[in-house]
Amino acid sequence: MAITLNVNGTSRQVDVDPETPLLWVLRDDLRLTGTKYGCGVAQCGACTVHLDGAPTRSCSIPVSAATGAITTIEGADGPEAKAVQNAWVALDVPQCGYCQSGQIMSAVSLLKDNKTPTDDDIDAAMNGNLCRCATYMRIRAAIHQAAKSLSTKEMAA
Amino acid sequence: MNAILPTTRFSRRDALVTGGALVIGMTLPVGGALRAQGAPQMPPVSPNAFIRIAPDSTVTVLIKHIEFGQGPNTGLATLVAEELDADWAQMRAISAPGDDKLYANLSMGTQLTGGSSAMANSYTQMRTAGAMARNMLVAAAARKWGVPAAEVTVTKGVIAHAASGKSGRFGDFAADAATLTPPTTVRLKEAKAFTLIGRDGVGGHLRRVDTVAKTNGTAQFGIDVYEPDMLTVLVTRTPRFGGKLKSFDAAAALKVKGVVAVKQVPTGVAVYGKGMWAAMQGRNALTVEWDDSAAETRSTAEMTAQYLEKAKSPGTLAGKKGDVDAAFAGAKLIEATYAFPYLAHAPMEPLTGFIAWDGKKAETRFGSQGPGMDKAALAPALGISPDAIAIDVMLAGGSFGRRGQADSHFAAELGAVAKAFGPGKFKLIWTREDDIQGGYYRPLTVHAMRGAVKDGKVVGWSNTICGQSFAFGSPLADMMVQNGVDAAMVEGASNLPYALPAARCDVHVDPSPVSTLWWRSVGHTHTGYAVECFIDQLLVAAGQDPIEGRIALLGDKPRMVGVLKAVAKLANWSFTKPLKGRARGVAVVESFSSYVAQIAEVSLNEDGSPRVHKVWCAVDCGVAVNPDVIRAQMEGGIGFGLGHALYAEIPLKKGAPTVTNFDGYRSLRITEMPQVEVMIVSSTEAPTGVGEPGVPPIAPAVANALAALGKARPATLPMVATA
Repeated sequence: MAITLNVNGTSRQVDVDPETPLLWVLRDDLRLTGTKYGCGVAQCGACTVHLDGAPTRSCSIPVSAATGAITTIEGADGPEAKAVQNAWVALDVPQCGYCQSGQIMSAVSLLKDNKTPTDDDIDAAMNGNLCRCATYMRIRAAIHQAAKSLSTKEMAA
Repeated sequence: MNAILPTTRFSRRDALVTGGALVIGMTLPVGGALRAQGAPQMPPVSPNAFIRIAPDSTVTVLIKHIEFGQGPNTGLATLVAEELDADWAQMRAISAPGDDKLYANLSMGTQLTGGSSAMANSYTQMRTAGAMARNMLVAAAARKWGVPAAEVTVTKGVIAHAASGKSGRFGDFAADAATLTPPTTVRLKEAKAFTLIGRDGVGGHLRRVDTVAKTNGTAQFGIDVYEPDMLTVLVTRTPRFGGKLKSFDAAAALKVKGVVAVKQVPTGVAVYGKGMWAAMQGRNALTVEWDDSAAETRSTAEMTAQYLEKAKSPGTLAGKKGDVDAAFAGAKLIEATYAFPYLAHAPMEPLTGFIAWDGKKAETRFGSQGPGMDKAALAPALGISPDAIAIDVMLAGGSFGRRGQADSHFAAELGAVAKAFGPGKFKLIWTREDDIQGGYYRPLTVHAMRGAVKDGKVVGWSNTICGQSFAFGSPLADMMVQNGVDAAMVEGASNLPYALPAARCDVHVDPSPVSTLWWRSVGHTHTGYAVECFIDQLLVAAGQDPIEGRIALLGDKPRMVGVLKAVAKLANWSFTKPLKGRARGVAVVESFSSYVAQIAEVSLNEDGSPRVHKVWCAVDCGVAVNPDVIRAQMEGGIGFGLGHALYAEIPLKKGAPTVTNFDGYRSLRITEMPQVEVMIVSSTEAPTGVGEPGVPPIAPAVANALAALGKARPATLPMVATA
């Protein structure tokens, strides 16, 4: 059936089974391949997108339920996204890189809600994102660095 | 070969060299100067196979080793850039296509990434390619300017002649350089002249060439390949290892919207769908019967018990020194056993591959870890010559050993699904459930240890191993089996680093239909644990400090002593009673010619499970080409090793796995990641690998810390029961 999605600020029409997980519509139909398949059962976080700003496992939500504004890694923008991506680059966080879209989407969401996350805040927000390369130490450091850069910018503004 | 696909990644690569951009157009022999430096024998280097210089002066290095996080794209580009005197910002890297003639691993004779060998086998080869390219750029500039080549300098990508004030960039001379006769000899830099190799410091390290694409979603992995009219293929395979397909009914599957076909393939039943969801729904709708008459029927608990029983008597001798029986006589005997579960590699990106097949030839794109072997498996599956197969190596979302298989089973299956359907374009995906339940595990293995302590010294040692072998009967048996022993089962155990007066190691092999495979650091994942736990236990029993006691036994192993001393200093080691509920344990393992020592600081959670707070790590991997990549591999290796030691196992019940996904196959999460501090020991030795050697020491370091806390070193892994 025809479904209209709001993806990265654009209205997109797809003709799919309404039960199709959002992940596979993003990838197979819209070719937004930055969002990754890792487990299909909301256990690894590689498929994390924002649905109305909230981090959401796109593998486990049917496309028909994704009625809000969807943001994928390709559409990640704004001061938090830039700060996170810059920190990820500065600290060379990724190894294989496959989980990092999901990690970044979770981290951006955290920083939008919490400008000065503690280690415990980071643990709580990032615990659903697996990294088999175990880049966790750098993920933690990069989130702190991104938070710092955001507060510096705010003070300067 | 005429292309099947209108726009291939290969042709886009060719676009790099249009407009007279490619510098070097022929194969260049390596001359006597290089040999005189004592470089290993190497086939002629063909820099045009490795280096492309565009009019905008970007330098693209074709990387012969697959990038799945361990860093060859950055590492091999660093080697080229160093000898080219390039500016790091102008460097790019792209995976080389499958071609054994150009891109063989020099230590293996085929294009294969494994054994942490990428840097070791590329070190001279890639520097030579860079030096040749530099030589030709300089010659072209000198000719154009009418000045002696000896007066031309290259600094950070700028070619200059001081006396005339002329200067230019690589792209300005690329076309002219391509017309020149290549040099027959090149001289490589002395280490003291390096400006890029070894660069480090806060903000000063060379940034990885692939980080930006891995933070904005543009990095293309195998699973990201899409072509028009491509079908997604899932295969139903036997739930029990060794089971065979008896019959199947595809009627319901074929009624699923988007399912195009269902075909029998050697590994099971393939469902072809328009997209993943159709293929998943179709596969769920299949009815399949299996013949389990030759299947594994045991549980892992039964197998472990049988292996431990077998290990009570000696197996095939793998290594021997002195008279162990005499050493044991009259000494205080200490015994221990260690049991290691099946482990899946579970890379974040499961196995995936794309194939375009026209009935006569095939173009594939996937995270091929061994393109030469994969072509050899694709060819019979398709009924064509390997020469009619192209492999475009994609970025891979991790591997940990999983993408390189002695039997290239994934490539064979990729060929089979294409052959069964007929001409078309297909993406074969293993779901996470396929991955966790699909075998090719780290083999189930047990170690039985006996040791003797006398007069405050360790005087005797025996180690009997029982496990599965993935070498026997495989295409790599000739390479891996020595004197009737699978070297991968005993590496690190049959050749103890410790100079004990008497030691022996022997091994039993238990055949099983459960498929097994090398797993990040291979035999060292279990031998490192067995040896380092047991030597620690014996040293403590002998009243010795675990570090000083080890050092005393490592007289002829200066690099092992070096990392032990370094890590002791880094952690300010003193072997004392637990402080505030925390204690420390140490382990040191040489693997793949790199040396890693780690100290873990551990306390106990309320439920008695270990909590690892901090890990200090010292590594000696020869010349540190990219220090930050080395640190990253140590951090990641520690997290990978720790997660599995604490939580991971694939239990079997009646020959079938009982876990299916990351809910049951528990992985380390961010809350469980310790702080890691890495020290790289300075060395002038040739560089060796870092992808695997960070893994083996962490589990025994944690176990030895538990012993210091008054607990037993865990005899059964994982340490924390999850199932």
